[in-house]
Amino acid sequence: MDRPCIDDYAPIGDGRSLALVSRRGSIDWLCWPRIDSPSLFGRLLDPDAGHWSIRPVGALLPRWRYLPGTNLLSTRWEGEGARIEVIDWMPVTSEAEKRRQLWPENALLRRVRCERGPALLEIEFAPRPGWGAALVRSNDWGAIRRLETRAGMLALSSDRPMPDGERWLLRLDSGESCTFLLTRSAEAPAVLPPPAPFADATFDASARWWREWASLLRYDGPWRDQVVRSALAVKLLTFAPSGAIVAAGTTSLPERIGGDLNWDYRFCWVRDAALTTRALLSLGYEPEAEAFASWMLHTTRLTRPEMKVLYDVYGRSPADEKVLPRRGYRDSRPVRINNAAAAQLQLDAYGEVIDAVAQLVRRGRRLDGETARMLADFGRFVCRNWERPDSGIWEPRGAPRHHTHSKVLCWVALERLLEMHDRGALRLRDVERFRANRDWLARLIHTRGWNPRLQSFVQTLDGDVVDASALLFGWYGFTTTHDERMRATARRILERLSPAPGLLYRYEQSRAAGEGAFILCSYWYAKHLARGGGALDEAEAWFAAATAHASDLGLLAEEIDPASGMQLGNFPQAFSHIGLIGAALAIEERRHAERRRHASARAARHALSPASAPPQEGAKP
Amino acid sequence: MNVAAWLVWGFAATVVLTTLLQGSQAANLTRINLPYLLGTMVTPDRDRARVVGIALHLVIGWIFSFVYVASFHLLDLATWWWGALVGLVHGTFVVTAALPALPGLHPRMAGETRGPTVARSLEPPGFLGLHYGPRTPISLLFSHLVYGAILGAFYPL
Repeated sequence: MDRPCIDDYAPIGDGRSLALVSRRGSIDWLCWPRIDSPSLFGRLLDPDAGHWSIRPVGALLPRWRYLPGTNLLSTRWEGEGARIEVIDWMPVTSEAEKRRQLWPENALLRRVRCERGPALLEIEFAPRPGWGAALVRSNDWGAIRRLETRAGMLALSSDRPMPDGERWLLRLDSGESCTFLLTRSAEAPAVLPPPAPFADATFDASARWWREWASLLRYDGPWRDQVVRSALAVKLLTFAPSGAIVAAGTTSLPERIGGDLNWDYRFCWVRDAALTTRALLSLGYEPEAEAFASWMLHTTRLTRPEMKVLYDVYGRSPADEKVLPRRGYRDSRPVRINNAAAAQLQLDAYGEVIDAVAQLVRRGRRLDGETARMLADFGRFVCRNWERPDSGIWEPRGAPRHHTHSKVLCWVALERLLEMHDRGALRLRDVERFRANRDWLARLIHTRGWNPRLQSFVQTLDGDVVDASALLFGWYGFTTTHDERMRATARRILERLSPAPGLLYRYEQSRAAGEGAFILCSYWYAKHLARGGGALDEAEAWFAAATAHASDLGLLAEEIDPASGMQLGNFPQAFSHIGLIGAALAIEERRHAERRRHASARAARHALSPASAPPQEGAKP
Repeated sequence: MNVAAWLVWGFAATVVLTTLLQGSQAANLTRINLPYLLGTMVTPDRDRARVVGIALHLVIGWIFSFVYVASFHLLDLATWWWGALVGLVHGTFVVTAALPALPGLHPRMAGETRGPTVARSLEPPGFLGLHYGPRTPISLLFSHLVYGAILGAFYPL
């Protein structure tokens, strides 16, 4: 059977782990207990790596949606005189509520309701822990199916009898329902609530929790639905016990079908810091932004003043990259776990982290002595190392090069540190050294990072390759979006990197490599236009064209295949959704600015018109 | 029991223990900062937490040294190696039982099952304190071992 497309999946989660449910009613991805644990259901990457499907027998067509403002997924199947609804969710509630009653360590609920019957359902429960390789000891006990795994005991319970075997049929008549509860317990005695009452209690509590969280979002523009869905997707990628945000919920979904660009993204890239923190702060999610910044500062302590490129959710360096003997998504191999990019030097990460902290300082956060010293140490590291070549934002696995974007982020690091010094948030002993390095970097970027023949900032110093990361130079404040060089760069990027409206490759090598267009870059361009690089309607049109490539649930992976429109890469991808949020906010800001300008102009015209002009001396009333 | 010797060497051993733990954090061997962890039970102010935590750690270390001294008297044995052995047991208890249980006691620490509510809180230490770095258990065991060895070597029976 052909595997579903990447955007035929929808994530559900609980702030610690994430599952992907297919449009066909199958959970093909679930990693427990944590988002970066080995998979329990891994059919996404191999047909034999486990799944749990609930689907009606017959030619019923599925339609799905998230319950508004939540991460509870509803799939409604209709046809042949029957209509059933399956709702999938991981129960969530407040910490206070969890202290009041026993909650399973991990839980996933699937509730089936037959709205019009009779309907025959086919259920397949085939867990394959440890990427499909681990041995499972079955230990059924009464109505509960128990499986002992290395990650703990899995228990599947239902309010309907479950015959032996991995596959069985269930008949439901009109108005009947059935609930399945899957739990994982590392500790004994396990918490095993009765499925139906637990589902009843947690359905309302979970929906309420997500809606309350979504209602905090500060954005009322025309793309509110998309922004809310993006925020909810980013929230699913947030690991609540530490505040870390992982780059995506999966590993090895390919950037090229059948190719080898398959990476494990279930780690936290410190470079995502500035964009993520700014987006969360702008949306009104201060606790998430603060928690992420705190995680970052806490995490980087072990390696200071050096910073690793990525860490796991508890701030540890990932183990060595490994290849799993699995078939891969649509035969895209290798299937990798862990990520070798951790060992690279990526100088831009320093600018991102320091910029993220500077955003919090601008909002009044006080830095303690140790954090201030650590930031200053990062600055000194930048002063000592910015002349080195690095792997840059796109972390290719070749020789390090002098990436212009990295040099700009080194400039950002020093600029923000000097800003925080001037605000009194920290004390730098060597201000002059920081200033001198910052100014030297600015001159270097403007001379060797600018290609006069192309009339564009370029990927590497003295290079002639256009790179979409240059679209951020205005956003970081290195230059302005109105600046003629930035406008010219944006024109060149559009000319060389855009295969279709709303789509941009990340750099010129992408086409030859068979990669898709990079979703994040599309939103950078929309943001560039909104921030003064173009007209408001241009920004809106570009944003709309980019967002049209999202799944019908509003979800984004990393890339889009310009030929087929299919999503590529790990899913859902935090950076793509952060890009969407950032662009929507920039457009809204521009719209408000234009409204204010028009209102002022109208007021000025009104003031100058004869009818409203104050009566002049001697004039008749 | 020699109260003066208990007070003096209990204090001295705790000072060395605290210094070793602070030193291993400063040397980037582990992220754990026990005084900070204790201090944040009282105050969220990071700078103040460190000061309060050092005071708390000294008091707790003093109290724990009483158990060591009691074991010396019970077995009529006070040598550096016996003290180190008691320290090893103590350290093992800290990394395997006390640290993983801390989220239940610490008002500002997230539990492993926290979520999706996020707060700017302290990470849970995890089993053996490994969430704070892979060398955390070694650092904790070694410093407790030295703590016990000092008590065993200098406490006069």
